[in-house]
Amino acid sequence: MNRPGTGDRGPGTGNSGRRPETPAGGRKRVAVVIFPGSNCDRDALAAVEAAGGEAVPVWHQSADLAGCGAVVLPGGFSYGDYLRAGAMAAHSPVMAAVRRHAAGGGAVLGICNGFQMLLEIGLLPGAMLMNRTLRFICRDVHLRVERDDLPLLKHLRRGHVLRLPIAHKEGNWFAAPDVVRQVEAAGAVALRYCNERGEIGGEANPNGAINAVAGLVNREGNVLGMMPHPERRISALLGGSDGAALIRALVEAA
Amino acid sequence: MQVEVRVKLKEQVLDPQGEAIRRVLAGLGYAEVGQVRVGKLMLLDVGGDDPGAVRARVEAACREVLANPVIEEFEVRLP
Repeated sequence: MNRPGTGDRGPGTGNSGRRPETPAGGRKRVAVVIFPGSNCDRDALAAVEAAGGEAVPVWHQSADLAGCGAVVLPGGFSYGDYLRAGAMAAHSPVMAAVRRHAAGGGAVLGICNGFQMLLEIGLLPGAMLMNRTLRFICRDVHLRVERDDLPLLKHLRRGHVLRLPIAHKEGNWFAAPDVVRQVEAAGAVALRYCNERGEIGGEANPNGAINAVAGLVNREGNVLGMMPHPERRISALLGGSDGAALIRALVEAA
Repeated sequence: MQVEVRVKLKEQVLDPQGEAIRRVLAGLGYAEVGQVRVGKLMLLDVGGDDPGAVRARVEAACREVLANPVIEEFEVRLP
């Protein structure tokens, strides 16, 4: 497998300079940030292209998002998960640009390790603990859609059940009780682990996350963090296409 | 000077790793061991002679990156 820096789209290939805005009728540009240790960046780039967007790899040392209208923080093991998952990446230079982009209402999708980064920089509330089982879990899960009234979730239907893969060891979402109450009151839970009938609880929760939280949105609704991997489920050839609607909405929001 | 930073999960945060270790210890006959909590120990070589200033800097680093205040608390020990 090609690693960042070895292929034709590796870091440093002209993605550090600001580019002009998307020309009328042009494809929407979506940045995919590559950290040392990212391993879902190629999948995210391919998923954005498959959804009709122009996928732009952006190295984590970049000071900007290359003029893109949306950004993906992909899955992987940035900095080997040293210290805490996402903790080192949270201090990468590109994160200042991600914060500015989010503050201006720009769309941000953090997947798995990217979700952990969003928690570490405080764009989403809480933190990830080690899975209840102490095991790295790599399997499909079912997810109940809790919100469909936001641009990033507009192609989903509230109450519907998605099937997406998870692959993580630190996905056990935790927050203090008062923060959990605020999160629920604000409707910040976008996705919950459930069984195939959409029921919450018991074995349907793979990692022990409080209230079966699998995905969160910020108050403004432009920042979405999720442990499951939508970019791995964009066609029947890959075992399903339940992730395609999320990626498509991201491209449209760019 | 060498500064010790201890980071541990807050008391109200479940520590499944510590619980697994407790169970292993119980299985080995260490039944007297109650709760086990797992944390991190970091040893920082820090320049400067003023203990107060060094402590302030290391505590700032703890708040900024070394500990996550949502789930962890830290303790800084100077020689």
